[in-house]
Amino acid sequence: MFDAIIIGAGPAGCSAALYLCRGNARVLLLTHGGSSLLQAHTLENYYGLTSVSGSELYQQGLNQVRRLGATVKEEEVLDLSYDGNFILQTNVAAYTGKALIMATGSVRASLPLPGLKELEGKGVSYCAVCDGFFFRKKKVAVLGNGAFALHEAAVLEPLAATTTLLTDGAALPAESKLPGVDKKITALEGTEHLTGVQFADGSRLDVDGLFVALGTADTNALARKLGLVLEKNYLAVDQTMHTNIPGVFAAGDCIGGLNQVATAVGEGAIAGMEALKFIRAQAQHK
Amino acid sequence: MSLQVTEATFQEEVLAVPGPVLVDFWAPWCGPCRMLGPVIEEVAGEVKEAKICKVNVDDNPDLAGKYQINAIPALMVFKGGKVVASALGVQSKATILEMLKK
Repeated sequence: MFDAIIIGAGPAGCSAALYLCRGNARVLLLTHGGSSLLQAHTLENYYGLTSVSGSELYQQGLNQVRRLGATVKEEEVLDLSYDGNFILQTNVAAYTGKALIMATGSVRASLPLPGLKELEGKGVSYCAVCDGFFFRKKKVAVLGNGAFALHEAAVLEPLAATTTLLTDGAALPAESKLPGVDKKITALEGTEHLTGVQFADGSRLDVDGLFVALGTADTNALARKLGLVLEKNYLAVDQTMHTNIPGVFAAGDCIGGLNQVATAVGEGAIAGMEALKFIRAQAQHK
Repeated sequence: MSLQVTEATFQEEVLAVPGPVLVDFWAPWCGPCRMLGPVIEEVAGEVKEAKICKVNVDDNPDLAGKYQINAIPALMVFKGGKVVASALGVQSKATILEMLKK
């Protein structure tokens, strides 16, 4: 059991980790190896540093939290739930924590697929555990080809009549035994309810449900699994980085705003300190 | 407190009511629904001009089917038997209060 689990190891996640570690908390920092900071060639607008490369700052941040005792793991988060503590399932293991900090980074643009937005909740879903139940004995498809997509498909397979993996042009994963279609998707069919998927070659597939699980589980997908409120695709927080769920805090690009290292570090510090307060109050309560 | 409504009582408790009725479609196995639950109770405790109800979709599959509930938690506001507002997923209290004004 960790005191705090932080998802994301960019400036916001590492800054939160610094304050938690220095407050003597056991911290797990999970990263799938990416950060928009790595795309910054040089930064010249961060306090005290005349010029630094994004990748150098990122590495130094990680080194700093490791030195302070944080456990850093390069694993992909696949699922998130709550049973009194927060339970994270990655592609490697499951972890529990008393507090959770979302530092999941910039929000991915949604797929420009005709019908996707309109059919949300009418067959299009972003959470197999939440919505799979409604597709018992129906035809479902999972959009994606990574570990996250396979995880969602594994939840659906025992429930649905058929579970098909749609990769939208990418290669079908070799480890999957599910039926798959690797053609490009051009549109979703249905007005009142999703009825099918159309492919670039003119063919189509009957489906009642489409579960979107492209790439890694992003802010949006994780928020839906746990029940975090989103505002315009960003995690909703108050001024002290509290989300709508007690014990869950958020910082950095995933809450919107300036998308700067300076603000991410500041928000991370607040989130870390607030998480520390939460953990200590919980300990006193017990 | 919110009122648990079933297929047997939905007509009387929700559809026949002229003023706003908030219905929270939920299920006990749904994690996000459990996060929304306390917010619904808070709204129920504060708002006097609207009725706050909950429908367990496991126990009332016909209602879930009728209102095409394919994802939960799902919130719907009824007025005079008609759906005037709806939202999917966990919502903030402010959003729910806003929905009730529609």
